[in-house]
Amino acid sequence: MRATREAYGETLVELGHENKDIVVLDADLSGSTKSGDFKKVFPERFFNVGIAEQNLVGISAGLSVGGKIPFASTFAMFLTGRAFEIIRNSVCYPNLNVKLCATHAGLTVGEDGASHQALEDIALMRVLPNMTVFSPSDFYETKKCIRAALDIEGPVYVRMGRGKTPIITGEDYEFTIGKGITMRDGKDLTIIATGVMVSKAIEAAKILEKEGISARVINIHTIKPLDEDIIIKAAKETGKIITAEEHSIHGGLGSVVAEVVSERCPVMVRKIGVDDKFGKSGDGSLLLKEYGLSAENIAKIAKEMEG
Amino acid sequence: MDLEKMANRIRRDIIHAVYSAQSGHPGGSLSGVEILTYLFFEEMKIDPKESKKKERDFFVMSKGHATPLYYSVLSERGYFERELLEGFRKIDSILQGHPVRGIPGVDMSTGSLGQGISTAVGMALSQKLDKSNYQTYVLMGDGEANEGIVWEALMSAAHYKLDNLTVFMDHNGLQIDGKNEDVMNIEPIGDKFRAFGWEVINIDGHSFKEIKEAIDKAKTIKEKPTLILAKTIKGKGVSFMENDYNWHGKAPNEEEYKKAMKELGGGF
Repeated sequence: MRATREAYGETLVELGHENKDIVVLDADLSGSTKSGDFKKVFPERFFNVGIAEQNLVGISAGLSVGGKIPFASTFAMFLTGRAFEIIRNSVCYPNLNVKLCATHAGLTVGEDGASHQALEDIALMRVLPNMTVFSPSDFYETKKCIRAALDIEGPVYVRMGRGKTPIITGEDYEFTIGKGITMRDGKDLTIIATGVMVSKAIEAAKILEKEGISARVINIHTIKPLDEDIIIKAAKETGKIITAEEHSIHGGLGSVVAEVVSERCPVMVRKIGVDDKFGKSGDGSLLLKEYGLSAENIAKIAKEMEG
Repeated sequence: MDLEKMANRIRRDIIHAVYSAQSGHPGGSLSGVEILTYLFFEEMKIDPKESKKKERDFFVMSKGHATPLYYSVLSERGYFERELLEGFRKIDSILQGHPVRGIPGVDMSTGSLGQGISTAVGMALSQKLDKSNYQTYVLMGDGEANEGIVWEALMSAAHYKLDNLTVFMDHNGLQIDGKNEDVMNIEPIGDKFRAFGWEVINIDGHSFKEIKEAIDKAKTIKEKPTLILAKTIKGKGVSFMENDYNWHGKAPNEEEYKKAMKELGGGF
């Protein structure tokens, strides 16, 4: 079990050695986001802007005009919420090479509660033209996403969490931008998940297997550009889809899957996530259970769909 | 370079562009003419033939709506043909209503007030990282100072000791709904910048002599960014537009256009 944000800090340092144009910025949360790891090694290329997320994004845009490659981080709530319009107008519209790496997304922020639990960030970022949106499922996938972000010429958003999560990929697994991964094959239904929920989806598939239901599990690490083909193939071959995300069911992965499927291969899509509610304080893993973001609940919904 | 003559030409370009489009912002464009004329024709280390290389001065039009001014200056300076000004704001034109990075000579897309100055901090920071002697200049509005991000930017510019950043405030005293003091008072604006760690130089924004002296002085200030607080007249150069906030975003009709061009002493 390792936290995705730890992968961020570690990869930043690696990239810092490889590319002298990389600069890192934070908004007084470098200890939490792990951007502080970069600061220790390259203090002259690290900039703290203090608790000022709009300026964080504006300055990043300016740095990229000057030829630098900025990696800007803070909590997902404040990066995508507070600075949304700056991201839209100063980064996406001019299509600048800025990497927005948010940590502490979702309910698993835990005890800080609703004001800090971003359940809308995928919805907000995916709707912006020119933006690439990554939602890695574990430590190693995060490393791949951060590196992939560097390879992309243009705006990128990477969504990471706070807590330690199970390793489900590996150091050398094959990662392609925009290509979903079939974590487990199956024929009765498909669970399409992202981020923290991918490991839960795999657990759910194991529960279902014991009950004679064969569930395919797909990991969508790139929300945008979306791998429509792997989703349509699953719709055609299994006929039923459940989506799972640590995010609102309105506007995130579930919505984007339903959008694609309804147009190309209409099948039932049941969305697991937070249904139009705010989060609350509590232990991260208990919160996930309470809000239905669990393997047990995924399996329960699957059984309902199987009828 | 006869700066007064060029300024007059730019004023005619502005009126012509806004009239052709029947849309745009003449008042706040006319008030910034001398500042931009001086920067682009006398001061800035730029080359229209090498607009993509980053070893040069940067400019951000943070008051993005002053595109009639910005585009006129860029075209006169040689970044694109003057005839394009007639297509300003039209559906098939590259000259969008607010600046777009990608138009020759434009470093940053602006229009949403306050953001330009924040991005300028980033540009100045990149120049410091490169240890270059190049400068970053900004033109901002006074009403623009209502936006919170401006103050975040000012705080950070002083914190990072960006003495290569010089901001001109086009202080014409008016915004869309009226005078600054009636809508949302910003005074004492110079003191506020000083309190945020900036050097402040007050000038008559229509005097080339004072603009030059201020820029030269700004270059001697170390470890602090500089605000050149330019007292200006919205609509300057066209008698019936001067000091009238109604001319913030209104195009002249045919009669007004002819009257304005006559006052400015010529055609397009």
